[in-house]
Amino acid sequence: MANTWYIAKRELFGYFGSPLAYVFIVIFVALTGAFAFYIGALFERGQADLQSFFIYHPWLYLILVPAIAMRLWADERKSGTIELLMTLPIEAWQAILGKFLAAWATIGLALILTFPMWITVNYLGDPDNGVILASYLGSFLMAGAFLAIGSCISALTKNQVIAFVVSAVICFLFVMSGAELVLNFFRAWAPEFMVDVIGGLSFLTHFEQLTKGVIDLADLVFFLSFIVFWLFANTIIVEMKKAD
Amino acid sequence: MTVLISTQNLEKKFGDIHAVRGISLDVQKGEVLGFLGPNGAGKSTTMKMITGFLTPDTGTAEICGFDIVKEPIEAKRRIGYLPEGAPLYSDMTPHSFLNFIADIHGIDKSSRSDRIADAVNKTGLEPVYHQVIDTLSKGFKRRVGLAQAILNDPDVLILDEPTDGLDPNQKHLVRELISAMAKEKAIIISTHILEEVEAVCSRAVVIDQGRVIVDGTADELQGRSALYNAVTLKTAEASAGALIEKLEALEFVKQVETLSQMNGTKRLRAIPIDGKPIASDITSVIQEQGTVVQEIYVEQVRLDDVFRQLTTAEGE
Repeated sequence: MANTWYIAKRELFGYFGSPLAYVFIVIFVALTGAFAFYIGALFERGQADLQSFFIYHPWLYLILVPAIAMRLWADERKSGTIELLMTLPIEAWQAILGKFLAAWATIGLALILTFPMWITVNYLGDPDNGVILASYLGSFLMAGAFLAIGSCISALTKNQVIAFVVSAVICFLFVMSGAELVLNFFRAWAPEFMVDVIGGLSFLTHFEQLTKGVIDLADLVFFLSFIVFWLFANTIIVEMKKAD
Repeated sequence: MTVLISTQNLEKKFGDIHAVRGISLDVQKGEVLGFLGPNGAGKSTTMKMITGFLTPDTGTAEICGFDIVKEPIEAKRRIGYLPEGAPLYSDMTPHSFLNFIADIHGIDKSSRSDRIADAVNKTGLEPVYHQVIDTLSKGFKRRVGLAQAILNDPDVLILDEPTDGLDPNQKHLVRELISAMAKEKAIIISTHILEEVEAVCSRAVVIDQGRVIVDGTADELQGRSALYNAVTLKTAEASAGALIEKLEALEFVKQVETLSQMNGTKRLRAIPIDGKPIASDITSVIQEQGTVVQEIYVEQVRLDDVFRQLTTAEGE
């Protein structure tokens, strides 16, 4: 476990030693705010909750998380440092987990820094803070799921742009997989249970549950096992592709 | 002697390319083995398999008795590796980078500063210790890579082209560093520079098309040349015929060839059998005959020539 922490520490050093983390955090906080106030009509709705804030998170993550994930392994492969990393006495999964956790923590920090929204609604009214907390948890877990996809895809290529585009498309499919548009496409030819499975993989459905304040174990398990699955695939890909 | 690196029949294919075709080597403590070979011969691939970056298709390597395929962590703990091109985390400084490496190697707080100071001192990194690696010159980057490799004081050092891109002074420094560490470790270096083999290696292995074609000392490698210990001399045309006859009669002279003929002189070269030293025999013949010789010297074999001879003949 110590090795995972050392890898994460090095990554965080890289994020915060360069403009990367600051740019990400500033843009995230600014965009979530802008969406909540201007498009989500936070004030005009006249309700003391953060529904109009959280509802845009999946769409922001769709762009911002692949952007932070794209360099995780593509850069390592492109610069050749993967050879250095993989000949140090560490297991591949420790490196993968370490890098993932560092990026996840950075997103977590960005999320925490949106706290003025929470203060605002508490100042203006009397919101259900339990719901808000559950929503934050849901948003953080969903970001982790996006990130796990991005990390895995990033190991497939040396090209960060390709990593970004492919991750964004895959993330989009998982966001949309509960939508009628997508489900109808599968209903046409796939058996019913498969349509249910695909619908069940939807980020939106699981995230919406949490933003309603319902902390269902199933939703937590969904996001966590989703992360574990993609990181596991990530480990296999790194082992296979590291020397290409 | 203790064998610290032992490879058994390492093989690796990349698609249709058979990069390494069965390399077996033992490297003992105190040995510096120079890997030679043309580009694409399989040097780097072999090193990558020994260090556990690539998994061999067949065969394996043992580092201090630990199998790199079955016990990779234990084996990797004992290896210091400088990959080709010395890749580094360019957003870090040597200070933070070496501390990261020390973290991974589990070097505890009490000995850490000594270890780092030692590696920095040996590689001469003091002037740039707190500069971002990205901004360093190629020579300094290479030295950061070296410092990283020796930080853990490993028993085994694998250095892929450690002096590539360094200026002559820096090359000298790196060679001295390798020589100084040689006694305590088993070291493999790959290089294109053949003088380096003479300067630091106790043993030279030439690899071509994925196979070991020569394994011996630098002297033995030179012995592979047909010109090894050959004697060239210049004499008057008139006396040349008799001299050739006498020389060819010598026990260890294979043949005498005429290299050139000008202004009434001939340049002759006596080729020995199996590279035996023949210079003294030849000088006694000349003295007995009383032949006037304007020039006489033993051919200096250049490793470059041997290398070219070995690695181009193979393909034909």
